[in-house]
Amino acid sequence: MARMTMIEAVRSAMDVSMGRDEDVVVFGEDVGYFGGVFRCTQGLQAKYGKTRCFDAPISESGIVGTAIGMAAYGLKPCVEIQFADYMYPAYDQLTQEAARIRYRSNGDFTCPIVVRMPTGGGIFGGQTHSQSPEALFTHVCGLKVIVPSNPYDAKGLLISAIEDPDPVMFLEPKRLYNGPFDGHHERPVTPWSKHELGDVPEGHYSIPIGKAEIRRKGSALTVIAYGTMVHVALAAVEETGIDAEVIDLRSLLPLDLETIVQSVTKTGRCVVVHEATLTSGFGGELVALVQEHCFYHLEAPVVRVTGWDTPYPHAQEWDYFPGPARVGRALTEAMEA
Amino acid sequence: MDEFSRLSLHVPEPAVRPGDQPDFSNVKIPKAGSVPRPEVDVEPETIRDLAYSIIRVLNREGEAVGPWAGLLSDEELLSGLRHMMQLRAFDARMLMAQRQGKTSFYMQHLGEEAVSCAFRRALRKGDMNFPTYRQAGLLIADDYPMVEMMNQIFSNERDPCHGRQLPVMYTSKEHGFFTISGNLATQYVQAVGWAMASAIKNDTGIAAGWIGDGSTAESDFHSSLVFASTYKAPVILNIVNNQWAISTFQGIARGGSGTFAARGLGFGIPALRVDGNDYLAVYAVARWAAERARRNLGPTLIEYVTYRVGAHSTSDDPSAYRPKTESEAWPLGDPVLRLKKHLILRGAWSEERHAQAEAEIMDAVIQAQKEAESHGTLHAGGRPSVRDIFEGVYAEMPPHIRRQRQKAGY
Repeated sequence: MARMTMIEAVRSAMDVSMGRDEDVVVFGEDVGYFGGVFRCTQGLQAKYGKTRCFDAPISESGIVGTAIGMAAYGLKPCVEIQFADYMYPAYDQLTQEAARIRYRSNGDFTCPIVVRMPTGGGIFGGQTHSQSPEALFTHVCGLKVIVPSNPYDAKGLLISAIEDPDPVMFLEPKRLYNGPFDGHHERPVTPWSKHELGDVPEGHYSIPIGKAEIRRKGSALTVIAYGTMVHVALAAVEETGIDAEVIDLRSLLPLDLETIVQSVTKTGRCVVVHEATLTSGFGGELVALVQEHCFYHLEAPVVRVTGWDTPYPHAQEWDYFPGPARVGRALTEAMEA
Repeated sequence: MDEFSRLSLHVPEPAVRPGDQPDFSNVKIPKAGSVPRPEVDVEPETIRDLAYSIIRVLNREGEAVGPWAGLLSDEELLSGLRHMMQLRAFDARMLMAQRQGKTSFYMQHLGEEAVSCAFRRALRKGDMNFPTYRQAGLLIADDYPMVEMMNQIFSNERDPCHGRQLPVMYTSKEHGFFTISGNLATQYVQAVGWAMASAIKNDTGIAAGWIGDGSTAESDFHSSLVFASTYKAPVILNIVNNQWAISTFQGIARGGSGTFAARGLGFGIPALRVDGNDYLAVYAVARWAAERARRNLGPTLIEYVTYRVGAHSTSDDPSAYRPKTESEAWPLGDPVLRLKKHLILRGAWSEERHAQAEAEIMDAVIQAQKEAESHGTLHAGGRPSVRDIFEGVYAEMPPHIRRQRQKAGY
């Protein structure tokens, strides 16, 4: 067991996968010689050679499109989009090609690709380095969508994603790359080495896609979150003293509906938290599912805490980003309703 | 007073419109046999002229002339003629089947048969095409069963795509034919990726990407050239310039100067223009490009200069945007008639044998159609199961799709 940051865990997942399977290739902008702008691929080119880990032209559609072709050949490409904000030029390839190749060819061709991308805000990244586009992927049948919240999950889930026979979007919350985050921007990030979730096995292990994890047991209320917001939610629960159950979804598509339903049926109250904008965000889907499956157990309306329906501002970032104070107010509101 | 007048936008227009006399005076056609044949390891900068000329083998008299001639035997040419005739007969029957309501949609190849049929001959088993909807000749020329193609067109119970795809969007890994997308140009960069994978694995297969003249305006076309050029991918990048992108003439995607082939020059990719209605020329150029790819010399860009005689699809009416007689005025002729004339000149064919072959081929197509229709058409007979809607989205069906399938009663 080693102490790893999420960056190291992600790198370790690719390292382990490339070591086990010669068909795994890694490429993207700056990922080869330099090792990626966040260093997630550092050392992979030196270890596996420049035909298995290499730099790509600045063409996101080209990166995903060539990955699809490689997958059709029989490789397992794991590509990096430098920031989730830059995946839009590749959206056509992802949604209309990668997601549908198995279906439209009745399995004659498949598309086992992984598209990694740093996502979310909280690092003063402004409008073009802070977005959370997960809802744009969860709306697409044929894709899988993963957002880990800690190094252990990041490695186990990324290994599963690389081994998965279908296309997987792997969104890495960059605010968590070096340590967990409690929502208070004035406090320094606590390194993962001080947390047990920074304990990551060095070898191969995997975490099944589609299974949520309960991060905190509770009986009064259910908080549903993923990625960075899991940590914000835990801080808010601690600060309000409400006995809330905190579910870390880990996988948004497929979704662990069973865990959600069991929890909300038990608690009768629910708060959904995500960084992405409110309108048509993934939170809307979660609320609809809770309403469909838990209506007769609900004692209060389900509350959403999200980013605002505006582009991500630079200077006002910490008023945009849902912190423990906003989540705490929502918890109290749900309890008092 | 400002020294500059106000700006105005230039919007290209074709030379003629419905009611006008067809005019192809802008298509500069060199003499057959006049374009040199470079070695496959040539420096791309030294053959820039090939992106502006047109490689032709068959002359007006039906003779095969020049340095690109002499590559195919009588037997090979006869089978090539048969492939083109089969594709034309297949198109005629399926067009009629669509008009009879047996399917929703069809796209024919009339006038462009030589492009895909001749190209297929330059490929080997294990190579992969990433085609558009107008390269069914790749399947016909590889002896893919016509019944299977028709099952797909009719979306019947034997449809290899289980009713999920538009008609003519075939798939066959075995025959090197990647599943077709209706989204334009996406497959072009995928072809480059496949070729890169083959090179990464030190394999021997090469890839071919296909695109129409209009779709070269898509950004994926340019991404493809960047990746192919950067990694020297063993890929043949084909542009079928049939003059029309539905109703939009090729000048809209190309602009007022240059050629589509010339787009490859800025990337250092050897770029050739070829007479797309000349079976021998298409084969010769495809073989040249394939040899380059197989020798690890990298990509080649080929523009096929041809003409879409038929409508874009069964949903299109070309008489609304171009002169009705334009196809007859097309200066590069009909690919079937040109090869037929050449074979007769060689003494390997005759008008009688041609008429007989036409009848035999049509009979085979009709027999295949009868068999396919026995498995159902879009609105009658056997159909794919409703259960097939839910299968195959993922390798393993996730719970939410299972719930929806159960809700639908399956």
